Amino acid sequence: MSEAEVTKVQEMVYELLVREVMTKKVISVTPSSPMGDLREILRVNRISGTPVVEDGRLVGIISVEDFIRWLADGRPECRVADRMTRNVGTICDDEPLVQAVNKIERQGFGRLPVLRRDTGTVVGVITKGDIISGMLQHLEVDYRNAEMRGARSSHLFEDIIADRSSLRLEYRVAGADFTRAGASAGSLKTTLRRLGLDPQTTRRIAIATYEAEMNLIVFTPGGRITAEVGPEMIRLEVEDNGPGIPDIERAMQPGFSTAPDWVRELGFGAGMGLPNIKKCVDRMSLDSKVGKGTRIEMEILMEHQGESQRRGAEARA
Amino acid sequence: MKLEEIRKVLDAEWFGGMVSRPDRGTREVRSCHASDLLSDVLTSSGVGSILLTGLTNVQVVRVAELSDIVAVCFVRDKKPQPEVARLAEDMEIPLLVTHLSMFESCGRLYAKGMPVANRVEKDAKCQRQK
Repeated sequence: MSEAEVTKVQEMVYELLVREVMTKKVISVTPSSPMGDLREILRVNRISGTPVVEDGRLVGIISVEDFIRWLADGRPECRVADRMTRNVGTICDDEPLVQAVNKIERQGFGRLPVLRRDTGTVVGVITKGDIISGMLQHLEVDYRNAEMRGARSSHLFEDIIADRSSLRLEYRVAGADFTRAGASAGSLKTTLRRLGLDPQTTRRIAIATYEAEMNLIVFTPGGRITAEVGPEMIRLEVEDNGPGIPDIERAMQPGFSTAPDWVRELGFGAGMGLPNIKKCVDRMSLDSKVGKGTRIEMEILMEHQGESQRRGAEARA
Repeated sequence: MKLEEIRKVLDAEWFGGMVSRPDRGTREVRSCHASDLLSDVLTSSGVGSILLTGLTNVQVVRVAELSDIVAVCFVRDKKPQPEVARLAEDMEIPLLVTHLSMFESCGRLYAKGMPVANRVEKDAKCQRQK
């Protein structure tokens, strides 16, 4: 890494705030939860520890180590409150990232619950993984306009795989902004190519993202696209607070469309969007509530895994 | 077929995209897509192809870029807005404009032996399976 890039990273640690990189979806337990339930909570959410919260206030933290100790003690009947760590390191959401880095490094915490300064309520959790992926994401934003050849950073993809961590990219899409439509998909495509992902998989992801992005622009006041690049697969999530889809089964039928005329005049709205997303990805699920919004989750397996899965699916069909 | 050869066959003019690159005409085009429906372009594989279209909005270039289409030709002398050419410049997709109709453009290219976009892909698949 060149010196300029190191400086950039150092700069970011001071510029970025904890709330920009923390995990906002907090899984928490209450002090009265039985210890026996913990295993399932940690396993299902794939986390190694979780804050203990009572009436919105943080009272402790319980981790997989506490759980193992409890197991070693012969699994006595008890509550989370009896085994949790009460002396918890915390951080406020408006602090710069460097504070979180210091606390985690110096005090050896695996995770820090993030509190809102004024109310003291738990608003997130921050881990080393969040810090790394948050910084990578901001690097990506910074370098979007910079010239960078694919070969130079293709090793980054291998790094992600070696670490078994994942890189999270997030794009906000404004509704009705037709000229900017496709900018998120385009930028995601560029990033994936830079990371060294093969062209075919990249294209499938780009097209699925574009179709979903178009839907956000045509049908909703806007939404969010997140891409999680992991070692085995890429997960895409597209979420909006739009009008929702009343009949998902019909919406999935090729040719069915509720697109307004202006969209059709521009060459879209042929009723191929959702079916095409399904065609491009390996797994897709669509959840929608009328008046609430829509959420699409997609998974694209990396080439070697994808191939075998698809062949399996073809054989079954 | 080279892009310069296509340009001559279609009696077309350059309209931006890689303007400073004299070698843009040497770009290899493997197949052709002709559509005014971007939804359709998105559902078929256009890798390495040229897109003939009557649409001139900016999404034509977006779709081309995402689908790995290597050039776009606008038919019936329709010239897109400058922002379309600007995006094409960024995306490195050469643009052409021809006075010919869609039908005649397709006919001329087909007569010159230009392969059909999806067929190229299918043939390749067949080859692999053999």
